[in-house]
Amino acid sequence: MHEVTYIRPRNLADAVHIYRTTPGCRPLAGGTDLMVMLHARTLRPEPEAMLDLWSLAELKGVRRAGDMVEIGAAESYTGIIASRDVQQHLPALAAAARTIGAAQIQNRGTLGGNLANASPAGDTLPVLLAYDATVVTDRRAIPIDQFFTGYRQTALQADELITGVRFPLDRQVVFRKVGTRAAQAISKVVMAVSRHPARIAIGSVAEMPLRARGAEAALERNDVAGASAAVVDDIRPIDDVRSTAAYRRQVTQNVLRELLDTRATREPSSGP
Amino acid sequence: MRFTLNGQAVSFEGSGARRLLDVLREELGATGTKEGCGEGECGACSVLIDGEVVDSCLVAVGQVEGREVTTVEGLADGGRLTALQQAFIQHGAAQCGICTPGMLLAAHVLLQQAGRLTADDVREGLAGNLCRCTGYTKIIDAVLSCTK
Repeated sequence: MHEVTYIRPRNLADAVHIYRTTPGCRPLAGGTDLMVMLHARTLRPEPEAMLDLWSLAELKGVRRAGDMVEIGAAESYTGIIASRDVQQHLPALAAAARTIGAAQIQNRGTLGGNLANASPAGDTLPVLLAYDATVVTDRRAIPIDQFFTGYRQTALQADELITGVRFPLDRQVVFRKVGTRAAQAISKVVMAVSRHPARIAIGSVAEMPLRARGAEAALERNDVAGASAAVVDDIRPIDDVRSTAAYRRQVTQNVLRELLDTRATREPSSGP
Repeated sequence: MRFTLNGQAVSFEGSGARRLLDVLREELGATGTKEGCGEGECGACSVLIDGEVVDSCLVAVGQVEGREVTTVEGLADGGRLTALQQAFIQHGAAQCGICTPGMLLAAHVLLQQAGRLTADDVREGLAGNLCRCTGYTKIIDAVLSCTK
């Protein structure tokens, strides 16, 4: 059997150089997606080498920088949940991280991996969209709403490494995931919502995580009923092993209505 | 490459891209670690890396270079079982036994981290470990009996 080479770079500069110059090289962080596919030999193209980013100090940690919080691409969800900056400024990200797998997965899963894998069901991805996060790479900063380009497709170039994610601290975001059970579940619908600015970001309802632009336009006009009516036209759900398109449409509307009726998203005039 | 397995220095010659699970079982004789789903869903292959619980089917063995790996074989001190292991026996918290090594390691971490635990804390802490016999009640009772 063909053996895949394992490469551990000394530092980020070394990793960037190796990734640019080694054909068939695939970045690896916590392995929660890639190790399954590597073992099942379903990675395409088949990798020659795995470039291990997990231990690179430059890709770890949560840093407050002015009016932003930056999270290293290889920081674990456990580290993200434990961060005081995240708890204080990005509670929706902590909430999303807590719904991912269970302890074993939270100890290994990373934002860089969730982004690079670009699953339509990636649980943190609607949160990143609702915060207008910025994906930082070895060469540029990519606005999150330009990052996903199709089913498991991203704007990343073939030799481009994600190094971190930056979040602005200017808004309140709320989060809800609907799955089969509380732990170890892949989402049927996963949503993150901000009232000001109006952001409605949803996963598992199209070929990629998306912003519901029609619903956002209604929300911008303070038309909450209009937003939940419009959201079904913004999504493209399918029938699959986890759910049906009809269920996902209904639950998307229900969850949006629920998320627009929280303390963080309700308009003062419409409160009790 | 070298790492520490249950307090002993071990080395492995071969691709660092192999799964830690396979190297433990096939190269290092640590067959207490079981393979369940091989996809990070069931927790049967749980081990500790530097004290954190992980699924060893999702770890490339190169990633544990220089680190400390604990498997179920490393819990007992010589022949003396831990209080948690004794509690599993007393409560009948094992049926077919496939999930037991992973349950023990996840529960071991849970007991180390938290002072007092409720049944819901235990359920959440063990949410990544599935029992295919569905014998959860006795497992939760066994863990709770160690929290007093």
